[in-house]
Amino acid sequence: MRKSITIFGIVAASMIAATAQAGTLEDVKARGVLSCGVNNGLPGFSQPDEKNNWTGLDVDTCRAVAAAVLGDANKVSFKPLTAKERFTALQSGEVDILSRNTTWTQTRDTSLGLKYAGVNYYDGQGFLAHKALGVKSAKDLDGASVCIQAGTTTELNVADYFRLHGMKYSSVVFDTADQTREGFEAGRCDTLTSDQSQLYAIRSKMADPTSAVVLPEVISKEPLGPVVRQGDDAWFNIVRWTLFMQIEAEELGITSANVDDLKANTTNPGIKRILGTEDNAGERMGLSADWAYNAIKQVGNYGEMFDRNVGPATPLAIARGLNALWSNGGIQYAPPLR
Amino acid sequence: MSERLNTPQVPKTAIWNDPTFRAIAIQVLASIAIIWFFWTIFDNTLTNMSSRGITTGFGFLNNTAGFGILMSLIDYDETYTYGRTFYVGLLNTLLVSFLAIVCATVIGFIIGVARLSKNWLISKMAAVYVESIRNVPLLLQIFFWNFAVIQPLLPSPKQSFALADMFFLNNRGAYLPKPHFDDRIWLVVIAIFAAIVAIVYVTKWARRRQESTGQPFHTFWAGLGILLGLPLATYFLSGVQVTVDYPALQGFNMRGGTEVIPELLSLTLALATYTASFIAEIVRAGIQGVSYGQTEAARALGLRHAYTLRLVVIPQAMRIIIPPLTGQYLNLMKNSSLATAIGYPDLVGVFMGTTLNQTGQAVEIVGMTMAVYLAISLIISAFMNWWNKHMALVER
Repeated sequence: MRKSITIFGIVAASMIAATAQAGTLEDVKARGVLSCGVNNGLPGFSQPDEKNNWTGLDVDTCRAVAAAVLGDANKVSFKPLTAKERFTALQSGEVDILSRNTTWTQTRDTSLGLKYAGVNYYDGQGFLAHKALGVKSAKDLDGASVCIQAGTTTELNVADYFRLHGMKYSSVVFDTADQTREGFEAGRCDTLTSDQSQLYAIRSKMADPTSAVVLPEVISKEPLGPVVRQGDDAWFNIVRWTLFMQIEAEELGITSANVDDLKANTTNPGIKRILGTEDNAGERMGLSADWAYNAIKQVGNYGEMFDRNVGPATPLAIARGLNALWSNGGIQYAPPLR
Repeated sequence: MSERLNTPQVPKTAIWNDPTFRAIAIQVLASIAIIWFFWTIFDNTLTNMSSRGITTGFGFLNNTAGFGILMSLIDYDETYTYGRTFYVGLLNTLLVSFLAIVCATVIGFIIGVARLSKNWLISKMAAVYVESIRNVPLLLQIFFWNFAVIQPLLPSPKQSFALADMFFLNNRGAYLPKPHFDDRIWLVVIAIFAAIVAIVYVTKWARRRQESTGQPFHTFWAGLGILLGLPLATYFLSGVQVTVDYPALQGFNMRGGTEVIPELLSLTLALATYTASFIAEIVRAGIQGVSYGQTEAARALGLRHAYTLRLVVIPQAMRIIIPPLTGQYLNLMKNSSLATAIGYPDLVGVFMGTTLNQTGQAVEIVGMTMAVYLAISLIISAFMNWWNKHMALVER
């Protein structure tokens, strides 16, 4: 009898635990650590070094949220996830944020119980081809075999692209990015397709990077950004506005280097509002007044994040392009923070 | 006194002390508890998914898939549904499992017998094979066969190995001419089945004749004659029209013909050689499990070595071999899900990979995939049990 009571207790507890889902902010504060789902190894976006220090644009997006919520950008535990695992990990509550170069699509936004909080990188799908083929354009790829990583929107895009142009192809689908690259290097495929940002990273890992070229065509829109669970609007707001705040900070010229000086001396009302010396944006989200100060001081504004991880000074050497501020010809645009 | 002995008093017991009642009651209660437990999990999952706005149900199977699959045994392109991708993946899994099971059994029996050979070199080579192959993780072997053997060995499409401009072999696959028949081909298919039925009857008749008269009959050659002769005769008499589609290099790759992808070869080789090392040990154990007296008796009767093995030792060894062999077949089938590492489109790669990611219906898809593996395992198991019963010692 006692045993059956225990079993009943376990089941009842699991039911209660499963229904208590709102309140990610309270959970994170109580835990003292933000749990963040990232790519298991993608240069520039999320990659651990030998001491398990994670770096990358997606990693910094999580660190900024941790700084805003907990006041410390290092209080993040990173959970490496494959493309297949990522949504389940977020749905089940294993991670608080999914920041894993994940494309924002209508299906994902509406049917998975998830919400995209913003876009931290505007990407597009492209092709990497063996130089020896002499291909100059993706339109010359009729009949090619294409190496693809499983579980990505790229599979659909490539099918659409070849159908649209009346071309034939055969897709060889691998489980991980490294296996895909090995298949391409072994000559199993004529071309490898992925988001353009990844193509440069993949090429830099090849035994002979000069033997492959990135074709000029961009065949899809791939807005990548952080994802949270649906139904927890307070948490959604925090993740969304932390990213907007970083973009706004770049626009206003607040950097990790000058944020202390600006906090003490600025007369610009916009900057004062962000840094919490005038108005209290943080309080409206259940955070402290210095949420933005902490994030900018410890992680930096959006431009710093971009330059540090994928910008021209890094091995990836990606130009700002679409990811420049709207005032500089890009499409990164934050609604006003007031 | 005698009265009392004849009708012993049955002491009245309470119903809960009655062993039959107790046994039934406990089983019913246990069943209810188990059903309730799983129902709670099931209901809990559904409730929580709907409260989180996650779409549930199998409606997604009717949506257009929109992605390509490298290899399909049935008609498939981007315009088919997600439900169709399930069958494509399933058939690919069944194909590679079947090919690998056949090869593994053949290799395993040869190596197993070789290990018992009196020839020192042969038995040691078999031992080295078993010990080295079964102690290396399968995933590594799959990578080895694909990236270290098959891919480097095969040339690029422009330098294909070609035979008579009809057969081509390159690192994209093997290309064979593809015959197209008109509808009368069904007569030939029926003829093949008729031939198989005829062979079964001829075999039975030959055995009966040998048992009653002692006259042997060349069953093998007669069977081969029927199997080839009947369909060929039907083919020529029916006048089936055949057009052949030859593969040819066009652009980057071969077009036309039948394509056999290299991943199928790599995966079959890896699975077959790996499982064969286990089967070899099972075969060896089975043969050694047959008392040596049986061999001596067979020799005393004048049977040659090959006959001794085939007629006396192996049939008895099979009784020991079949049960663990079933386990190896099941393992092989489940191990085939490692296919996705080299890009072979099996059930896990296609359905639990791409389809799962496009739709996000994790619970339904994982559930379906698990049910499929369970069903295939149970079918293999049932067949092997039937065979085991068939081979078991018949008490006379």
